[in-house]
Amino acid sequence: MSDREKSTQGRTPGPMGFGPRGGGIQMQGEKPRDFKGTLKKFIQYIRQFKIQVLIVMIFAVASTIFAIVGPKIIGKATTKLFEGVMQTISGTGNGIDFKYIGNIILISLGLYGASAIFSYIQGWIMSGVSMKITYRFRRDISKKVNRMPLKYFDNTNQGEILSRVTNDVDAINQTLNQSLTQIITSVATIIGILIMMLTISRIMTLVSVFIIPLSLVLIIIVVRRSQKYFMQQQVYLGHVNGHVEEMFGGHNVMKAFNGEKKSIEKFNGYNNILYGAAWKSQFLSGLMMPISFFIGNLGYVAVSVLGGWFAVQGKMSVGDILAFILYVRTFMQPISQMANISNVLQQTAASAERVFEFLGEEEESPDIKNPVKPVSISGSVKFNKVRFGYKPDQTIIKGFSADIKPGQKIALVGPTGAGKTTMVKLLMRFYDVNSGGIYIEGNNIKNFTRKELRSIFGMVLQDTWLYKGTIMDNIRYGRRDAKDEEVIESAKIAYVDHFIHTLANGYNHELNEETSNISQGQKQLITIARAILANPKILILDEATSSVDTRTELLIQNAMDNLMKDRTSFIIAHRLSTIRNADLILVMDNGDIVEQGKHEELLEKNGFYANLYYSQFENGDYLSQD
Amino acid sequence: MLRLVKYLKPFTFLIFISIVLLFLQALANLALPDYMSNIVNVGIQQGGIENAVPEAIRKSQMDKLVIFMDEESRSEVLENYTLKDMNSPDYEEYLKKYPQLKNEGIYILNRISTEETNRINKYMGRAFLAVSGIGQMIADPQKAAAAGSMLGLDMTKIPEGMTAEQVFAMIKTLPEAQLSELLKTMNERFDDLGDKMVTQSAVGTVKAEYTALGMDTGKVQSNYIWYTGLLMLLLSLASAVCTVGVGYLSAKTAAGLAKNLREMAFDRVESFSNTEFDKFSTASLITRSTNDITQIQMLIIVLIRMVFYAPILGIGGIILALNKSTSMSWIIALAVIVILSLIMVVFSVTMPRFRRMQALIDRINLVFRESLSGIMVIRAFNSQKFEEKRFDGANTDLTATSLFINRAMVVMMPVMMLIMNGLSLLIVWVGAHQVAASNIQVGDMMAFLQYAMLIVMSFLMLSIMFIMIPRASVSAGRVADVLETELVIHDPEKPREFTLPIRGQVDFRNVSFRYPGADIDVIHNINFTARPGETTAIIGSTGSGKSTITDLLLRFYDVNSGQILIDGIDIREVTQHDLREKIGYVPQRSILFSGTIESNLRYADENTSEQKLKEAAKVAQVADFISEKPEGFDTGISQSGKNVSGGQKQRLSIARALVKDSEILILDDCFSALDFKTEKTLRKALKRYSEKSTLFIITQRVGTVMNAEQIIVLDKGKVVGKGTHRELMESSDTYREIALSQFKKEELA
Repeated sequence: MSDREKSTQGRTPGPMGFGPRGGGIQMQGEKPRDFKGTLKKFIQYIRQFKIQVLIVMIFAVASTIFAIVGPKIIGKATTKLFEGVMQTISGTGNGIDFKYIGNIILISLGLYGASAIFSYIQGWIMSGVSMKITYRFRRDISKKVNRMPLKYFDNTNQGEILSRVTNDVDAINQTLNQSLTQIITSVATIIGILIMMLTISRIMTLVSVFIIPLSLVLIIIVVRRSQKYFMQQQVYLGHVNGHVEEMFGGHNVMKAFNGEKKSIEKFNGYNNILYGAAWKSQFLSGLMMPISFFIGNLGYVAVSVLGGWFAVQGKMSVGDILAFILYVRTFMQPISQMANISNVLQQTAASAERVFEFLGEEEESPDIKNPVKPVSISGSVKFNKVRFGYKPDQTIIKGFSADIKPGQKIALVGPTGAGKTTMVKLLMRFYDVNSGGIYIEGNNIKNFTRKELRSIFGMVLQDTWLYKGTIMDNIRYGRRDAKDEEVIESAKIAYVDHFIHTLANGYNHELNEETSNISQGQKQLITIARAILANPKILILDEATSSVDTRTELLIQNAMDNLMKDRTSFIIAHRLSTIRNADLILVMDNGDIVEQGKHEELLEKNGFYANLYYSQFENGDYLSQD
Repeated sequence: MLRLVKYLKPFTFLIFISIVLLFLQALANLALPDYMSNIVNVGIQQGGIENAVPEAIRKSQMDKLVIFMDEESRSEVLENYTLKDMNSPDYEEYLKKYPQLKNEGIYILNRISTEETNRINKYMGRAFLAVSGIGQMIADPQKAAAAGSMLGLDMTKIPEGMTAEQVFAMIKTLPEAQLSELLKTMNERFDDLGDKMVTQSAVGTVKAEYTALGMDTGKVQSNYIWYTGLLMLLLSLASAVCTVGVGYLSAKTAAGLAKNLREMAFDRVESFSNTEFDKFSTASLITRSTNDITQIQMLIIVLIRMVFYAPILGIGGIILALNKSTSMSWIIALAVIVILSLIMVVFSVTMPRFRRMQALIDRINLVFRESLSGIMVIRAFNSQKFEEKRFDGANTDLTATSLFINRAMVVMMPVMMLIMNGLSLLIVWVGAHQVAASNIQVGDMMAFLQYAMLIVMSFLMLSIMFIMIPRASVSAGRVADVLETELVIHDPEKPREFTLPIRGQVDFRNVSFRYPGADIDVIHNINFTARPGETTAIIGSTGSGKSTITDLLLRFYDVNSGQILIDGIDIREVTQHDLREKIGYVPQRSILFSGTIESNLRYADENTSEQKLKEAAKVAQVADFISEKPEGFDTGISQSGKNVSGGQKQRLSIARALVKDSEILILDDCFSALDFKTEKTLRKALKRYSEKSTLFIITQRVGTVMNAEQIIVLDKGKVVGKGTHRELMESSDTYREIALSQFKKEELA
């Protein structure tokens, strides 16, 4: 029972049409800010498919026309039949003209067949086009992600971006697949049926058309009212989900503090309101069907009665009544569809707008035209009065300067929020400095291409990112042309080789989706192996061993020291024991260097660093009562 | 699905009423085509005259009619009519309606039952045909032979030049035997013709009779049509009312069931111990108590509105269609079979891919999520192209599969329409022959056509259910799993109570524990005593079983063997509530709940004083943070405390445990996000604050535990050292190794 579900991807596959669009009313409320603009962009986006779309339109109309003619022809057959019967009864004429009826049936069979074929071809082409467009949207989004500055992702929820690839693109796909042709066929059907009805009887057409606004008004009233409850339902569903997530996530805390009663009371409060909103919204949206059915029947009765009346007066044939009934019945369908489609279109446009908005987001500044090639990098790094803030009004790094010689082991220490990790991000140009400059081998890092600049570094982060795949693949991520032996060699250096061999498939052990089937410490070791494999000129370790126990950490460090001999390395660590042998310790506080020097020198200074360092020993005052 | 049926019990009555309403709805909907058929058959074809039993008839005409009836039927017919003439009291009234009354007596039809009408319809229909037939023969001698043969009369027997009146008079005077012989031949002819045809033909003469009575026949016809139309309108109104009723009941049932299930599931999970919690994952439990239940709610609505309705409509439709014409029923069977096999074929082709598609969607989401969460690493390793390729692979697979499914599904609509239309054409064609053979009337054929559509529709509805039910039943099964999970940890039936005042001494006696299903113990044969006023530190590397000790003490799990005692009482002998009341707990992963800082601190004790809150915050080194906030204690905390940093979260969660003022306090590795300085100050303040408490500190840091009264060193679930820092440096290799990896030798001295 260890099934994993993602609540973030609660979407139903589209093509079957039982998805969110299944029944009745949908959530309204989502409206694009700029419908026209989005539409324009969209048309631009799908321009290469214009021929296919044109064909689809023509075929859809053709298919509709063929289908619409049907009832009228069947009506003719019925009339003929009726006349034949009347003649038999009154004893005049030659009875039923089967030849005529047979011909008519064959003709309509042909028409229906043609309609089906056109409809299928249309659907075939359209699903191809919509899938291609969907594919392109997804691809463009995925490429876009790689061109955007990291800043964007700091301020944007991951789930939100994810939802553009899944929900929004999916919504566009569904609309293209279903609604677009539906619009065409609906319009064609409405016009076609109107024409056919007019050819049968103008007055009856007038009556039938008169019924439509009536039904629309009723439906709009219902939709409006139910909308309120749908919103409420959505809100309280959110509350319930939120509470459930929170309580299940903090289950132990809740239990430890005897919070069961409180939690259940809160839940029941939400649940009761949700219940009220749920049944009301369900009920009201369930009204749609009987209302439109009743109104449909109203039309049906009107046609039957009027038709009967006209037939008596000889103004109309029985077959025409039948045809008219069939038309009225089909007439309501595209109309309620259209009412729905406008809703769907609004939502789709909102989706498309979000996607285009994302695609139109600002990208990283382009790389410099004539970049410097990073050849013969010895590893000298210079920070010159670097100022930086994630937000314009909040400067985090305030004039950081440091001169690092090739081969030095640099430690960045300081309390949380001092700006240690930020320095690393600036160094690798995940962000650009606001003022000042960072130089490698005397070249401003802005003069390299980002790609080549980053190829100088190997980085291990506190946050151990691995992906679903084998351990071999994950380590090889450091250098993708590395041989298996090289991968294993790096793993040995990172002291993870032994652990890997204890796993079921060794190096082919597959990490699961949350990469939760190995421990945090082991993940850190793998990311270290990955960085080692990359064989970088400069190594950055950002709290890289925080989850590894201290004994292993010591071993790794020794190995790393060997490996990084003559290479520059940056180490950020909480545990000060890790950095004692650094060549230079930069003590940061509030975005600036407050002290620098070797471990011993700094201790002698008896300043910020010494304070920080000694605080990890109790010096016997742990229990003191002072 | 069936596992959840018992939870529908409170809704039995609602469901029962729904089914009754559905029946009425189906009846009303099924009756409509019948009325439409009447408009065509009676309203148009028969001029609004339903049968050969006129509401009024001239006495002279009636006299002729009765000639062609036998004794029995004659008296029956006359019994149902009342003769009115100039002397009748209501003469004026009837005169208005039947102007002919002025000239002769008129028989008025009594109010009689439908069965009675149907019975005399047969006699009168035949009599009408006989009378009009003879009338025609006389009026138009050229056609006489043909009409005569229809009636079985030999025209040559009638003397030439006789008026119709004379002929009837003559027949009337025929001897009994000859007359009955004549009637017999006629009836044989009529039998050949069939009752329906007789009635259809006779209504023409009834119409003529109405004209003779001076009635407005056009009005009769239009009245009939309007009357039927009104009935239809009432029926469809009734149907709409029923549908609304069903909608109301189904919404109440579904939302009610969902509410109950949610409540039960939530209650259940809240009482889960970690054993049950581990069995499902947290994410899974969340989905089960939210999305899965929503799925069930949707299903119930569809179930009531469609699944219950479809068979009623389908069976009703079949019965009525068979009523109209048994000989055409094979067409419906054929259509149903064709449509069902179409659905089967399409689904059997697409189903496997459908299942695969979910996996592909998960895959593309995963790859994209990974590329977002790993954005720094990806850029650092310059593997953007690699990621794009990975995404493109997932994207291509997904596109190909959904394209296949889409295109297979695209077949459905046109083919389905073709089948439906083909069905109507077939009905018209076969129906035409049936009409020609006088088995049915045209209106019947039209009604049949509509029944056929309703039946096919009901099968379509059912087939949709075959797709929906398996999906929802997966959800139902998952919810049922939660509801049916047996709890492992129970409160004792007769709980003991701690004797006050509680001291808080904790004894672990030979405690062993292994996770359910595991091969080896996580902790094995643990023994120690933690005393009030002392700090007991537990140290060990990851996976040594440190946190398991807390979990056992809080009874998140029960020990497998041995016992844990608080003040000498086994913790399994008191209620879980009482036990946890005595323990303050700071978890490894700090968790705050949405609300405010104050509501989070008060989570430990709702009624605590303001003073206490401030004190706790101060001890936890979070007082400054709080006072810096403009809203102070009212500062909002978002879900799971996302809006405060890790360090503040830890301090707030420590403060929360302090507010509880408990006899036992457990700090499970909760200083990791604090720098050493803060940690040290905090620990000092803490020691003063909870002077008398039994304090547990669980950690990896030697610095944290150095001054504890008792340090317990765990390695692979076993106690490998016990004592003070100084003692352990001497006696325990493991402890020494840990210490040396964190400090230089001289620093530890």
